[in-house]
Amino acid sequence: MTVAQMPSLDFSVAERILDDMGEIEAGALIPLLQKIQDAYGYLPTPVLEEISEKTGIPTSRMYGVISFYSQFYLEPHGRHTIRCCRGTACHVKGSLEVSEAIKRELGIEDGETTEDMKFTFETVACLGTCFLAPVIMIDNDYYGLLNPSKVKSILKKYD
Amino acid sequence: MIRVSQMSYSKIGSAKELVAFREKLAEAEKQYRSRVLICSTGCRALGALELSKAFREGVEAAGLSEEVRVVDVGCHGQCARAPLVLVEPQDFLYGKVNPDDVSEIIETTLRKGEPVARLCETVDGNARTCAESVPFYKNQHRQVFKDCGRVDPKCIEDAIARGTYQAAAKALSSMKPEQVIQEVTDAGLRGRGGAGFPTGVKWGFCQKADGDRKYLICNADEGDPGAFMDRALLEGTPHNVIEGMIIAAYAIGASSGFIYVRAEYPIAVEHIGIALEQARACGLLGRNILGSGFDFDIEVRMGAGAFVCGEESALIASLEGQRGMPRPRPPFPAQKGYLGKPTTINNVETLVNVPVIILEGQAAYADVGTEGSKGTKIFALAGKVNNTGLVEVPMGATLRQIVFEIGDGIPNEREFKAAQMGGPSGGCVPAKFLDLPIDYDSVEDIGAIMGSGGLIVMDEDTCMVDTARFFLEFTQNESCGKCVPCRVGTRHMLDTLTRICSGDGREGDVEELERLAEDVKATALCGLGQTAPNPVLTTIRYFREEYEEHIENKRCPAKVCKGMFEYSIDAEACTGCGLCKKACPVDAVSGEKKNPHEIDQNKCISCGACFSACPVDAVMKV
Repeated sequence: MTVAQMPSLDFSVAERILDDMGEIEAGALIPLLQKIQDAYGYLPTPVLEEISEKTGIPTSRMYGVISFYSQFYLEPHGRHTIRCCRGTACHVKGSLEVSEAIKRELGIEDGETTEDMKFTFETVACLGTCFLAPVIMIDNDYYGLLNPSKVKSILKKYD
Repeated sequence: MIRVSQMSYSKIGSAKELVAFREKLAEAEKQYRSRVLICSTGCRALGALELSKAFREGVEAAGLSEEVRVVDVGCHGQCARAPLVLVEPQDFLYGKVNPDDVSEIIETTLRKGEPVARLCETVDGNARTCAESVPFYKNQHRQVFKDCGRVDPKCIEDAIARGTYQAAAKALSSMKPEQVIQEVTDAGLRGRGGAGFPTGVKWGFCQKADGDRKYLICNADEGDPGAFMDRALLEGTPHNVIEGMIIAAYAIGASSGFIYVRAEYPIAVEHIGIALEQARACGLLGRNILGSGFDFDIEVRMGAGAFVCGEESALIASLEGQRGMPRPRPPFPAQKGYLGKPTTINNVETLVNVPVIILEGQAAYADVGTEGSKGTKIFALAGKVNNTGLVEVPMGATLRQIVFEIGDGIPNEREFKAAQMGGPSGGCVPAKFLDLPIDYDSVEDIGAIMGSGGLIVMDEDTCMVDTARFFLEFTQNESCGKCVPCRVGTRHMLDTLTRICSGDGREGDVEELERLAEDVKATALCGLGQTAPNPVLTTIRYFREEYEEHIENKRCPAKVCKGMFEYSIDAEACTGCGLCKKACPVDAVSGEKKNPHEIDQNKCISCGACFSACPVDAVMKV
């Protein structure tokens, strides 16, 4: 998506976040970005530029931080986020086959979003629910004890 | 029942007042003759919240609200039987409970005081009704976990009623910081996050360091895949974590603290946030805690998804708003940490051990455990084991006790092959060490590490080469890229392992892996790189023949590595139900209804869909 295509961004949301946080010390950059992402769903470039203007934090420093941490993203996510656990317990119980099945079903790779903006697919290090292995999370719902043949019917539930 | 949340908060002014408040709360709790404790953290994934709602409505409708208290609690530990419900005072433990069971529990247990046998665990055909009669609990020693699953984590009164903050009161009112450090040192407490450094010694360094301001950080960035004990402690007993931090901060002289928690743990973030507010309102955090003159407060910071931030110096960089990259040590955080000030970083489980030591005394604490490792360790038991969950055992317990007595062995009558201990920094422990007493030193001797306590059980169907590749893929992915050995070395090792797993292994690969592993271990900048080769080295050490089988015969004995086995349908066993045909994404399965089906090997992509879809196990790996 190019900037021109983006729905118009409401800068006042970011301004309110900045006001609430008061003076932005160096250590507050990550919490600030987390709040911005919570509010906008991702980190829109124009908003980052606006924040840079207001706080004096160079955008280069912001991008350094954003690109380091896996939970920041610069592109909008789909309506539903699928998180496929690739932890050890899930791995020994066949999570690879589950994630292959999801990718095949949606026709996207790890970190990508379907063209209709319905799903974003991510693999994550560990969801900490090893007793459900292999497990995926779609938004806030867990689906555990999976195998590749269960994937299709789960994805069908979402629109 | 007195609820701080419903009345105006009043500060507890002294240790004495805390005792009085605790007695008052305990008295008020006597109003209830029974408590229904529903795990609403881990069990949430299997419908615990709906269950809790059903209990509340059921108890209300039965007119029992005045005498029975329904409580949303933290993890009971036996996650395999989620959702779990514990009923006090009998301690009846019910597993896999669903809302339809609620009326029977109310009638049979809450009204008549009798157990509902069908919801209890059965051993040799007999229902074990009480938690302590279930082998899973009988063989544990729960002292760090003693309050988990017994208190409402969103309710400070519950915590205080069970004795939380008594140890902090004792330390602040009757001990000097040096005495606290001495006590923890004498108790032999070692860091539960990985390396096992003596906690008291670490505190001593920081206490003695010069600095106008010192910081305490609780490392709750539990990144090891397969470890979830810190999550359970934060979610289930946040006040015990805070209490441990108060004592630690007092000992080192810190006035500010951070809890650095993974963002993947939203329930933990929520509960710790509520607990902090309540503790502040009660005067247990902030200025002049319990009238002792000691000031301390805590801020929560969420991680943003980087495994390396579990490393001390990387974590500090992240708190400072930088990329989370480690730096060479010395100087250690105790001298130059957060914002250049002396800083102590302790893991969650370590901190929850501290109040136990202060309250019971170092001698009693050190009674449990082995010569070099005192107290208990919590393990996250998962993988190919019946009782997945969280178990707390004395240091020195054996793998056999954990996997077979507590964990109830391997499902589907498969054989134990190895236990992966310590996550990506640890190693695979083979069956010959099942009877080895586990402590920091013994585990290190056999090439693994205690780590944070992830314990993944593997059976014959687990390929050890693939396991090594899996961990290397993880560490390689999480390598921050700062130092060459980790960035390039692990990459090279991963490429070699991937090649072996794809059937392109060459003679000399194993030797090269060993050489590279030793180099990376010796030269990487931080713990991530230094320990990354461990899974490779231990699998080569104990399962070398499996590597050779892959390289020389292009065969994966466990039938995991794709391309080294084929899926095939046993014509005799096949009932022709057609489920495999329906599941196959590439139309490789053919066959008429009620007749044996076949797989076209030219089309098959080895995705395993037919294998998992077959209801009669007719699809085989050959």
